[in-house]
Amino acid sequence: MNSEKKLILDINDLKVQFSIPSKSLLPWAKPHTLKAVDGVSLKLYEGETLGVVGESGCGKSTLARAIIGLVPASAGSVVWLGEDLTKLDHESLRLKRKEIQMIFQDPLASLNPRMNVGDIIAEPLRTFYPNLTKSEVKEEVKEMMYRVGLLPNVINRYPHEFSGGQCQRIGIARALILKPKMIICDEPVSALDVSIQAQVVNLLKELQNELGLSLVFIAHDLSVVKHIADRVLVMYLGNPVELAECDALFAEPKHPYTQALMSAVPIPDPRIERAKKIQMLEGELPSPINPPSGCVFRTRCPIATAECSKEKPQLKGNEIHSLSCLLRS
Amino acid sequence: MLTKKQNIDAIDSFSENLEIEGRSLWKDARIRFMRNKAAMVSLIILCMITLAVIFVPMFAEFTYDDTDWYALHQAPSTLHLFGTDSLGRDLFVRTFIGGRISLMVGILGALVAVVIGTVYGAASGFLGGKVDRAMMRLLEILYSIPFMFLVIVLVTFFGRHIVLIFVAIGAIAWLDMARIVRGQTLSLRNKEFIEAAHVCGVSNWNIIRRHIIPNVLGIVAVYSTLLVPSMILTESFLSFLGLGVQEPMTSWGALLQEGAQTMEIAIWQIAFPAAFMVITLFCFNYIGDGLRDALDPKDR
Repeated sequence: MNSEKKLILDINDLKVQFSIPSKSLLPWAKPHTLKAVDGVSLKLYEGETLGVVGESGCGKSTLARAIIGLVPASAGSVVWLGEDLTKLDHESLRLKRKEIQMIFQDPLASLNPRMNVGDIIAEPLRTFYPNLTKSEVKEEVKEMMYRVGLLPNVINRYPHEFSGGQCQRIGIARALILKPKMIICDEPVSALDVSIQAQVVNLLKELQNELGLSLVFIAHDLSVVKHIADRVLVMYLGNPVELAECDALFAEPKHPYTQALMSAVPIPDPRIERAKKIQMLEGELPSPINPPSGCVFRTRCPIATAECSKEKPQLKGNEIHSLSCLLRS
Repeated sequence: MLTKKQNIDAIDSFSENLEIEGRSLWKDARIRFMRNKAAMVSLIILCMITLAVIFVPMFAEFTYDDTDWYALHQAPSTLHLFGTDSLGRDLFVRTFIGGRISLMVGILGALVAVVIGTVYGAASGFLGGKVDRAMMRLLEILYSIPFMFLVIVLVTFFGRHIVLIFVAIGAIAWLDMARIVRGQTLSLRNKEFIEAAHVCGVSNWNIIRRHIIPNVLGIVAVYSTLLVPSMILTESFLSFLGLGVQEPMTSWGALLQEGAQTMEIAIWQIAFPAAFMVITLFCFNYIGDGLRDALDPKDR
């Protein structure tokens, strides 16, 4: 179905590992490795939104940071328009930032408290186009502010004078000013209250339609993802669990983990909500330093068998719906 | 009625186009500082002392090395406001001249320490890893050199000179500054706005300049106002030991040393320089406290 669309991002078996110094006093003790992202492959097409969901600590944010190069990938490739970003040197990676931008989780923390809004939004512009005059920069900043729904006359204000939603709009304006092709949104709405969430998500959607952006949208709120995403990747402990088109996934989740996630989404109707049976997962999230052998989900999986500890499942299926489970397909 | 509505519309659209002036954190801090009475009084007194040490010697009747053989150890009078010393030199002028040297050593020394310390500390904390470790080890080596030993070696090799005091004090004082700034930088380094700057393609040097330094400047300002009095004290201490400024030039420390020898017979020789020095140190400390309160973000 996506064959006629242009492929812009192709991630292949991406792994991000952090080494943690061993607590042992012996100097030859081996450091532990924390597998934050353990073999994620995905494709992103032009103008598409990919939602990434999963519980806290499952590697969503690390995936985002690895795509944009804030943390180095340990293995695998991130191919952006035919060029492997993981192999680029610092300077050429810096130039790619014109095309890939990011929106952060905490709106206030992502803005320098000592700079005013105009300077914050203009910073990427000044970095990449140092020849622009002051008035040209100001003109563009004002236009971008108008576009994201900020009154241009607040250009001289400072971040602490804005609400969370407005701060996130400033962050969006900063990400958009270079006219990127893709924006990675790292839980852009989870720090905002619900009414503001809707505004920000709708703003992102509008901007996407106008500018033809591709979005990687990370969230742990499934209803937000359902609203904005075309395809959804479900992650668990650094591993991809299920990758499917949004409608297909929400209509019929196949992986037991996805099913458990879906059953936890509250329904805004008390009668249905009360009748609904939440499928609780037993136990705690295992440590990514020492993940279970075979299928990482088997320790909490309701349908796990002895088989599951032997072999690590891979994502399999078609373009519309694929999952990584040894027992189901 | 119609014109009134038009007027309101006009005002409305005008006010919408008017750029609202934001209030930066610096402005906030300044307002808080101005409300602090002790700090403001200290600031005014300090300004007066600074102006006095600059201008009083220019317009005084005597110069700092005029000796009056008929007026040794003279008590304060209308001619010699602060009295004279054992060589008959006018203490009024000498106190202000000494203040010049002391304040200059204090302020310039602190400035040198702040500039070197901030850049070194910010670079070390921001670059991290091996560079950070190497830079910190170097710092520790410099720390381990005894200060007095360094001063004595410098003085024996190059003779007594005011520049040497700058060098000796400056070489030691920036070490603390660098450590403080490094610590602050480490905590800033993982903040999201620094990551955002990386994503925006800002170069490392510009991140340090635009994002790190403005955010550590608060603590640097507080620390440097507290550094000035400690510099003045160090200089006085060196002068007191006879390692400081060269006669007939003087500083508050040197005046104190001379005054201490004749304390029993001529109390004014120590009283006036000591009073000035104490007041100056008090002022700097109050200003430092005021700045700390004003810049403390938790106070908001």
